[in-house]
Amino acid sequence: MLSIKNLKASINGKQILKGFNLDVKPGEIHAIMGPNGTGKSTLALVLAGREIFEVDEGEVIYKGKDLLKLSIEDRAREGLFVGFQYPVEIPGVSMVNFMKTAMNEVRKYKGLPDLSSADFLKLMREKQELVGLSASLTSRSVNEGFSGGEKKRNEIFQMAMLEPDMAVLDETDSGLDIDALRVVANGVNTLKTPDNATIVITHYQRLLDYIIPDFVHIMYDGRIVKSGDKTLAIELEEKGYNWINEIN
Amino acid sequence: MENNVDIIKQQLLELYKELSHSENSLPTFVNKERELAIEKFIDLGFPSTDLEYWKGTNLQKLLNSQYTFSQKLNVDKDIDVSTIFHCEIHNFETLFFANYNGHNLYETKPLTTLENGVIVGSIREAMIKYPELLEKYWNKNNVSGYNGLTALNAAVANDGLFIYVPENVRLETPMQLVNLISHPQELFVQTRNMIILEKNSYLTFLQCDDSLEDNGSFKNSVSEFYIAEGAELDHYKLQNKDLSSVMVNTSFFNVESKGVLNSNIITFNTGSIRNEFVVNLNGKEAFADLSGLYLIDKTQHIDNQIFIRHNAPECFSRQTFKGILDEKADSVFTGHIYVAEGAVKTEAFQTNRNILLTDTASVTSKPFLEIYNDDVRCSHGSTTGQLDKDAMFYLQQRGICEKNANLLMMYAFVDEVVRKIKVEKLMTRTENMVHRRLKGELSSCDQCILHCDTDHIDPYKIDATLL
Repeated sequence: MLSIKNLKASINGKQILKGFNLDVKPGEIHAIMGPNGTGKSTLALVLAGREIFEVDEGEVIYKGKDLLKLSIEDRAREGLFVGFQYPVEIPGVSMVNFMKTAMNEVRKYKGLPDLSSADFLKLMREKQELVGLSASLTSRSVNEGFSGGEKKRNEIFQMAMLEPDMAVLDETDSGLDIDALRVVANGVNTLKTPDNATIVITHYQRLLDYIIPDFVHIMYDGRIVKSGDKTLAIELEEKGYNWINEIN
Repeated sequence: MENNVDIIKQQLLELYKELSHSENSLPTFVNKERELAIEKFIDLGFPSTDLEYWKGTNLQKLLNSQYTFSQKLNVDKDIDVSTIFHCEIHNFETLFFANYNGHNLYETKPLTTLENGVIVGSIREAMIKYPELLEKYWNKNNVSGYNGLTALNAAVANDGLFIYVPENVRLETPMQLVNLISHPQELFVQTRNMIILEKNSYLTFLQCDDSLEDNGSFKNSVSEFYIAEGAELDHYKLQNKDLSSVMVNTSFFNVESKGVLNSNIITFNTGSIRNEFVVNLNGKEAFADLSGLYLIDKTQHIDNQIFIRHNAPECFSRQTFKGILDEKADSVFTGHIYVAEGAVKTEAFQTNRNILLTDTASVTSKPFLEIYNDDVRCSHGSTTGQLDKDAMFYLQQRGICEKNANLLMMYAFVDEVVRKIKVEKLMTRTENMVHRRLKGELSSCDQCILHCDTDHIDPYKIDATLL
């Protein structure tokens, strides 16, 4: 589904991704772990198409397409979803307006008719429940005045609405208490199907108690230095990130 | 060689002479003011960019035509408004008045007294019928001496709207004045309005400035508002003018103790507009909330000059002005807050935010705080920038194309001002116009707020299929 080969990307002339490789097949959950500043968030943003990053080398094939050639919105319409570490607040843009516009644009791209208002609202209620967001959400502006936990739930809520094929969740667990973490993880697990895939980027092993990954990768200095199954995360938790320096 | 402004000035002085021969019917206090005013105008002339507050609007450049003076036109005052202006009033009832090329239109009588004692209609007629009432207010704002343009207006304006709301009368039906200009020649139009709200009364007043064609015009209007103790005025001004029109509005608001002024001015299209608002908070706990929105492109120019004078203790004022500028449009904003020595516990806030869509659009924003006591809460903020790139990226990552993400962001930006409109139907309609304007679908030819199509209002505001 997603094949990243020798990806190198920079910002302001400084290379952050230094030959990143990863293959993800439908139905898989991959966890990418690593210390701060190794390029985990950069990976998510480069996949999403953020213009401030420059791709120096490498290729990303997504569902048979050259992902790097697609516009930001077409990547999204092709089913790539990025859950952000710091979701931006957009005062004045209501959640309803935002989601309805997004869903209908995605549907239009896929050649599907618009959702009726009634169906849309019904879906919204359903998915809100899944992530435990209160009903008042609908009248609020995107992320405006949301607590840290609400913002993360809102990311999963949007993921639930858009039903992406490939979700990249960047530090979705950071700043969450254990209850919120359970809710978010439950959301991700519920949305899991044999046809979609998830990349979970996290700093701590904690989230992986709730979202069980098929593969764990350790990222360091812009590339993956070690891959394994879920036990790798536990080993990393025990030995700490200094261990990476040693094996490197 | 004489420049055009001097020629126009000369023509106006001649106009004054002609008019003064035929003004015998007007009361002495009016004629006296006219005499004073014309002297002032001779002395001051048209304001020039040498004056600090006129740096942003160059009348010498804008007064560049051969004008026909509206006073000389013979307008059939019993003309059926609907034949020149298709106003389809549906679901939104107003008491409707029209000023056409500087002349009030009326179907039966120029001045009406309603059952509740409200007087409304021609100010000219009111001068004759209720001289003692008007005289009480006539010179309070020093219209004849405020600046060259207001002096000119005081000297030669021939008509305008007069509204009198007696004590304790709360008018639930909004009053609407539509100012229309439509003439084969470039018209020079001057109108003067006076709105008086007695104690504890209430009025919603909607003032629309529209062009019907794009032949160009120069409009110099003065409006005076008196808001007595405990009275409340909701004032809306909608401006949709053609690219060659020039308009200077000077509005004076006088708010007494516990009086409330809410004013919202939305500019959709224009050539050049200068809105000068002078607000005097004269009594304890007077309140003024002023907001404005301008959506301009091409070479459109807007100059909002706001002067708020806190003359009494415990008054509140807020200014919220926002603009989106495209192409070579330019805007000027001056927010002047004056707090008098005795005006303790003053609260005064001001923001001016602008979005520039191109490098060629420009904004000049000047806060000016003049405070003469220590017991004051005051703030001002001004920002000018582009649409938030992080937010744009976020919207696009969810599948929304750049154009629609832009629109969503612009809708969000203007929302704060549009939502201040309290009459729900008017708000929805204005919002619809704003959205159409931002989508490039509203021109100055769309004549009137009442004209816009509201048969289908999407409950989500944005219907993606229409974008």
